[in-house]
Amino acid sequence: MIYEVSNLAVIIFLFIVGLVLGLSFYFARKTKSAASYYAAGGKIHWAVNGIAFAGDYLSAASFLGICGMIAYSGYDGFLYSIGYLAGWVVALFLVAEPLRRLGKYTFTDALDSRFNAKSIKLAASISTLIVSVFYLIPQMVGAGDLVVPLLGLPHWMGVVIVGSIVIFIVATAGMTSTTYVQFIKGALLVVFSTILTFYILKNGLNLNPSNDYHQFNKIGAVVEPDNTIKVSDSTYVIASTQLVGNLTFVKLEKDGTGIWYKLGTNGDEAFLEEAQFITVTADGEKLYNGAPKSERKFYQVGHLSKIIVDGVEVDKTGPVGPFEFIQAIEKSEIVRFTKKAFNDGDDKVTVYFQTKTLGKDIMKPGLLYKLSKASGATFWNRLNFLSLMLALFLGTSALPHILIRYYTVPSQRAARKSTIVAISAIGFFYILTLYMGLGAMINGVLDVESSNMSAPLLAKYFGVGIFSIISAIAFATVLGTVSGLIVASSGAIAHDFIDNYLKVEMTDNEKVKAGKISAICVGVVAIILGILFKGMNVSFLVGLAFAVAASANLPAILFLLFWKKTTARGIAWSIIVGIVTSIGIILFSPTMWERYGLIPKDAPIPLDNPGIISIPLSVITLVVVSLLTQKYNATKDFSK
Amino acid sequence: MLHESTVMKETDNAAERKAKLGVKLFFIYTIIYTGFVLIGLFKPELMGLELMAGQNIAIIYGFGLIVLAIVMGFIYNYACTRLENKLNKN
Repeated sequence: MIYEVSNLAVIIFLFIVGLVLGLSFYFARKTKSAASYYAAGGKIHWAVNGIAFAGDYLSAASFLGICGMIAYSGYDGFLYSIGYLAGWVVALFLVAEPLRRLGKYTFTDALDSRFNAKSIKLAASISTLIVSVFYLIPQMVGAGDLVVPLLGLPHWMGVVIVGSIVIFIVATAGMTSTTYVQFIKGALLVVFSTILTFYILKNGLNLNPSNDYHQFNKIGAVVEPDNTIKVSDSTYVIASTQLVGNLTFVKLEKDGTGIWYKLGTNGDEAFLEEAQFITVTADGEKLYNGAPKSERKFYQVGHLSKIIVDGVEVDKTGPVGPFEFIQAIEKSEIVRFTKKAFNDGDDKVTVYFQTKTLGKDIMKPGLLYKLSKASGATFWNRLNFLSLMLALFLGTSALPHILIRYYTVPSQRAARKSTIVAISAIGFFYILTLYMGLGAMINGVLDVESSNMSAPLLAKYFGVGIFSIISAIAFATVLGTVSGLIVASSGAIAHDFIDNYLKVEMTDNEKVKAGKISAICVGVVAIILGILFKGMNVSFLVGLAFAVAASANLPAILFLLFWKKTTARGIAWSIIVGIVTSIGIILFSPTMWERYGLIPKDAPIPLDNPGIISIPLSVITLVVVSLLTQKYNATKDFSK
Repeated sequence: MLHESTVMKETDNAAERKAKLGVKLFFIYTIIYTGFVLIGLFKPELMGLELMAGQNIAIIYGFGLIVLAIVMGFIYNYACTRLENKLNKN
């Protein structure tokens, strides 16, 4: 896809980045002690902290990833919204206050408060680092995706820009500046998503998304008994036919240009429907709909093929209410674009073809996660769904960069109140994701190459102004979340590992310095990974980070709080088993197999989401090891 | 900026009762969430069923889970604040 760059977008973008950097300078002068670097001195107001929580949590994955997933797969994307929010229930009711009572700066402090064991310090700091890096990858990928349309820069430059700015923010002022960046961004994100949703509802449903929307060609055809295809319009010549699974693709040539069509049937009648396609030729050239990218032959897509209101077919609805909108989509028919890849001679072709989908199928789970027997769901498909919902539910309260935010407020009560502010803001936002996702699905804005851009491109449909603001907020989103993650990682390295595990003697000043150097190192690693993982849906990647967090950290936290027989070795081993099994399953999953360039079906483990196996394993390890090591159990009252 | 003073060492007599309440509310929510997952797993076709006001079960249950989390959060905070005020007077 090729995008126009607008000056307004660049100005607003620079303004927001400038604001963020200015804040960092302001707070940098105040950050002198380790307490202020890691935990903002515990002096943040609960309301500010609550919105900052929302800022931390509503990362690129929520805004870019979930909206994108809903835009392509309907309700299945919304499952992420439901699961991500449900996770906060665990955080609020079980974890927030006790953890606040036990800790100082980091989650490792809290876990270790009862034991003072080296094994816990090591295991927990490694797990913090790994979870944070897993979470960092999608943020960086999202950042790269954003700068392409916003500033007209290549993907890798976006990753480098974000990485550099964030390293600067964190290395100057640590948690205080990170908190205020998150506060501003969290508030802006919720406000402008509401405005965008308002536009979507005002716009309603329309068969023709815009005047320059590409009208896809449809040509009559005849399939002969021997399965050869004839085109009824004789000006077209069939240049190639490809069978992929039960789908037939035909390349038609006219006036020297070839375009791929998909064969469709309607009763006895056969027809060919124009598709979009990307061709990589033998000499490595990448063509979009048969032409170089700069010729702009590749279209933004996604439209309604039938709109039904109160049983009557209409061309457009006009403005609708929030419930009417969902109801109208449920009754209508939408054209989504589905992807298939094949080799045509020396060319590697990826086609994106029209898939008519009933609204009622979009408004329930099943397009992405095959669940019903009718859709051919296997045992593994259903286990994958269960595993995802489990990891989302249990992952939130085990994310280190969320946990450290309990230490930035002055009291337990403030920790609880800020959690509730967070839940309200996040819950409201997640309801909006459904509207933004569906809005992108039907308004002809989708870039089939990158689902992550759905929400910003939808904003562009409503005007360059709101597009610029939304993109700049999305960019700030990435900046903020990455800052939080890097603070958490640097805490794991400098505070948990170097200071507490290795017991290196450091003055308070040196501790801050160690934290900053760690932040720079983690930042560089994040930049490299962000470039390597280009093109993956960011919400999917975050789902994996949740699975690792839920497997490695959550059993440790919950058992420490609620089971008196828990021992230091039990905690350490459960963290290690959680990390190893969850990452092991991910590395051998179908998605990673595709990433390695292999056939996904051949993956040794047919499961993309590891939680359902790794979480129970981690729990069993904790219980068994704790029971075996009871004699080491130092009892210390930690309930008060 | 909005800063509060820090209370580093707190004794909280309400801790135990708050924890009990938290666990209770957690189980209530977990049961309702599990119900949603189980429908998706074993009766996915039920999700598409129109329940009321032209909305299907998937939408009402999904929105419901989000709204319920917020409502339960407020109830919990209200109850906890009352407990703290009552038990931590001295």
